[in-house]
Amino acid sequence: MKHREAWLRSVALFNLAFLYFPILVLLVFSFNASRLAATWQGFSWHWYGQLIENGALHAATGNSLLVAVVSTALAMVLGIPAAMGLERLARRSQHILGGMLLLPLVIPEVMMGVSLLLLFVMAGMPLGLTTVILGHTVFNLPVVIVIVRARLRKLDSCLGEAAADLGASPWQILRQVTFPLLRPAILGAVLMAFTVSLDDFIVTFFVAGPGATTLPLKVYSMIKSGVSPEINALSALMVLLSMSLVGVSLLLQRR
Amino acid sequence: MADPILELVSLVKRHGGVLAVDHVSFGINRGEFFSIVGPSGAGKTSVLRMIAGFESPDEGEIRIEGRSIRGIPPHRRPVNLIFQSYALFPHLTVAENVAFGPKMQGMATGDIQSRVRDVLDMVKLTRKETRLPAQLSGGEQQRVAIARALINQPAVLLLDEPLSALDQQLRQEMQGELKAIQKRVGISFVCVTHHQKEALALSDRLAVMHQGRVLQIGTPEEIYGNPDCRFIAQFVGNSNELRGMLIANEGGSGLFRSHDLEDGQSIRVHVSGDVESHKPVAFVVRPERLHLSETIERSAFENSLQGRVEKVLYLGSELQYTIQLSRSVQWTVQVSCLSGRQKVWPVGTTLFVQWQAQDGLVLPL
Amino acid sequence: MNQLSRSAESLGDMGNPVSSHRMTYWLLTPGVLWSAVFLFIPLMVVGVISFATRGTYGGVIWQFSLENYRDVWHVVYARIFGQSLVLASLTTIICLVLGFPLAYYIVRLSPRWQAVWLILIMIPFWTNFLVRTYAWMFILRTEGLLNTLLLGLGVITTPLDLLYTDKAVLIGLVYGYLPFMVLPLYATLERLDPAFVEAAQDLYANQWSVFRRVVVPLTKPGIIAGCLLVFIPSLGAFLTPDLLGGARNMMVGNLIQHEYLVARDWPLGSAISLILLIIVIAAVVAYFFVEPIRSRQELEP
Repeated sequence: MKHREAWLRSVALFNLAFLYFPILVLLVFSFNASRLAATWQGFSWHWYGQLIENGALHAATGNSLLVAVVSTALAMVLGIPAAMGLERLARRSQHILGGMLLLPLVIPEVMMGVSLLLLFVMAGMPLGLTTVILGHTVFNLPVVIVIVRARLRKLDSCLGEAAADLGASPWQILRQVTFPLLRPAILGAVLMAFTVSLDDFIVTFFVAGPGATTLPLKVYSMIKSGVSPEINALSALMVLLSMSLVGVSLLLQRR
Repeated sequence: MADPILELVSLVKRHGGVLAVDHVSFGINRGEFFSIVGPSGAGKTSVLRMIAGFESPDEGEIRIEGRSIRGIPPHRRPVNLIFQSYALFPHLTVAENVAFGPKMQGMATGDIQSRVRDVLDMVKLTRKETRLPAQLSGGEQQRVAIARALINQPAVLLLDEPLSALDQQLRQEMQGELKAIQKRVGISFVCVTHHQKEALALSDRLAVMHQGRVLQIGTPEEIYGNPDCRFIAQFVGNSNELRGMLIANEGGSGLFRSHDLEDGQSIRVHVSGDVESHKPVAFVVRPERLHLSETIERSAFENSLQGRVEKVLYLGSELQYTIQLSRSVQWTVQVSCLSGRQKVWPVGTTLFVQWQAQDGLVLPL
Repeated sequence: MNQLSRSAESLGDMGNPVSSHRMTYWLLTPGVLWSAVFLFIPLMVVGVISFATRGTYGGVIWQFSLENYRDVWHVVYARIFGQSLVLASLTTIICLVLGFPLAYYIVRLSPRWQAVWLILIMIPFWTNFLVRTYAWMFILRTEGLLNTLLLGLGVITTPLDLLYTDKAVLIGLVYGYLPFMVLPLYATLERLDPAFVEAAQDLYANQWSVFRRVVVPLTKPGIIAGCLLVFIPSLGAFLTPDLLGGARNMMVGNLIQHEYLVARDWPLGSAISLILLIIVIAAVVAYFFVEPIRSRQELEP
């Protein structure tokens, strides 16, 4: 019995080490003074300095944030009502329509990128930030629906009827009962969609036009130009950003 | 004197192809505690939902204080519903829950506050104003639900299985409280339940529903003592039964014979007007109206049947005997334990089950 | 659920039976419309184009032809499909082998520690995928961390050729999708009543039998869900083979990108995409048929 416990624990720890090893490596070596990445040559903030002076990076970051904000907002406006509508359907309609709306979660991203590219080209729409925003909304929509719907399901279905019975008009029910109860899910969905959008590469890769470079695209082109400690520094920053977003999300859920 | 505050007129509701509510009509008087009893699927919940406005009838009318409420959405009807799950808003405190109705109607904050205090006082929850529903016990949650509904001073208060979520002890307490609250506020209560004992205890009048139809409406005494048909006799309270026919009927006094009894005995019965002779009917008699003895007491009891004790259940306040009267007939006899040294007949004893003719009823099937 | 709320109306319902259907319609229309325009129509366009032909300068000639589907069987493409299937399968198996003990370990911790471990596992998942893949480039390069370490320790004398091999792709895929395996496994294992394991221990002498005959069958829904959640994205992976595999280790995702953006053969790219989609949908449909609805509901969020 004890053997098994010890064995399980070592496998678990190995997994954890495996998951964190690359991230820690990046963090550590972003401070490496040497350009020859893998040997440690002293601590330095040099590469972070380079980052700050990189104008193209600033533009890319700005684009990423803009795209994330707008596509998340769009996904919320479309997704919250969709989640509410889905819950009102009968079982079978729920499965069918739900499957359709949640399809992007299953489709390989390459396909989504490719199909959107075709759509825009055929529609004669020039590729740019707008197409990126539209594309991001497509995969953010299911994210919002899943999170909001999960919360909706846990709520007593009588609550809406109870509110109506007590004199609340449909609009009042939304404001006084539905949205307050959905607030944790809404916050969670916003954070999730925001993160997913910031993180996206493939779909963006296909539908971004010149001048619509997002941060992941910029990082990709930097990587293709060769390994550089600057990328390490940038990566480290992005990791820290993600972690803080997760931290904030957890704190909010704790309340 | 009948002064109906709520009237249902020939209400019909179909679910799929099935008639869930089949031409239901009755009236509920002001200040009355009215129950609708019936087994699951009887249609009573549908009726309640139609009064509340969550379902619309396919045919028929619902009138409150004489005016039809057809087409009026739930939030504008002068009725309030207490849900079986209470449906308290989890994100609001007790006070906020109770204040919800008045707040939606746009009442002034000061007025709301004083009303909330009064109502919470009435249900004895004054010190729990700032608690959240999750922090309350089942009984407390129910009181919040009652307060939340009553604060709106509805014309009729609807209750869906109000006591099913509570355990036995709490149930009995709440029965008394519910009745007391109703008397105090004087509002008509319409309660839907499948617990007939509860309905008998709480109601001024009750309606028995089965398969979408109202079988009988009356006071608890009328329903229990004079059920209109076999179903009611079995559903409300317990009944011993025999199937057979009336073979004679002279001015309310008749003879009943059942093929289930092996020796072809006839039973003397009192007959009410509309039972036909020589047609299949049911004979019912309540377990507590039967008398057990080792000898026949012909002078005291007009009917006797001989049987064997199959089972004895000691229930504390009473003994429940299961007597085998014939190969296919088993009756239950209830004997109150009037003294601590009540004689208990063991299994296998041969006894006579006896009763007076007026205690038995012949009912249509 | 009590009878009073047995209809499909829920919190989204405004309580008014008359406007109920109209309200549902209004709630769903924007989302459905959006999906139709930006998801279904594009996918259909892809499908249609797969039957067309490539124009001389990269456009599309609208002439029905099955040529593309024939071309896919060409050795080069078939090899890529084959390698993708192999890599995706290997990834799934390795993730299962690594992930099951991990999940098993976690469920036996106290609830607080369970939460801690789960968050720890999810954090890497929430960092940028590109960045994490780059990290493996950094580690596996000829002058990368791993080689430097091994050379320095004297374990090897010449640097290992790790980057731009299928092994590197495999490592990257396992790394990226391990959390997707662990979570469904955890969800199912968590619901496993310890009484079952104890009863089994009563019946079977050794731990392996207990494991094989009780734990595994009862956690089958989680295992299958986890495998699907790893296999499907792995099959369509793009970044990992692109950065870690190089030109000689293309997977289907890279092939599609190549046909669209480099070779500019949209019809062929579409045909390949469609085949990929069919494989994916077949896997999902198989899941729905193999798993009875009840155990699936356990896993729903």
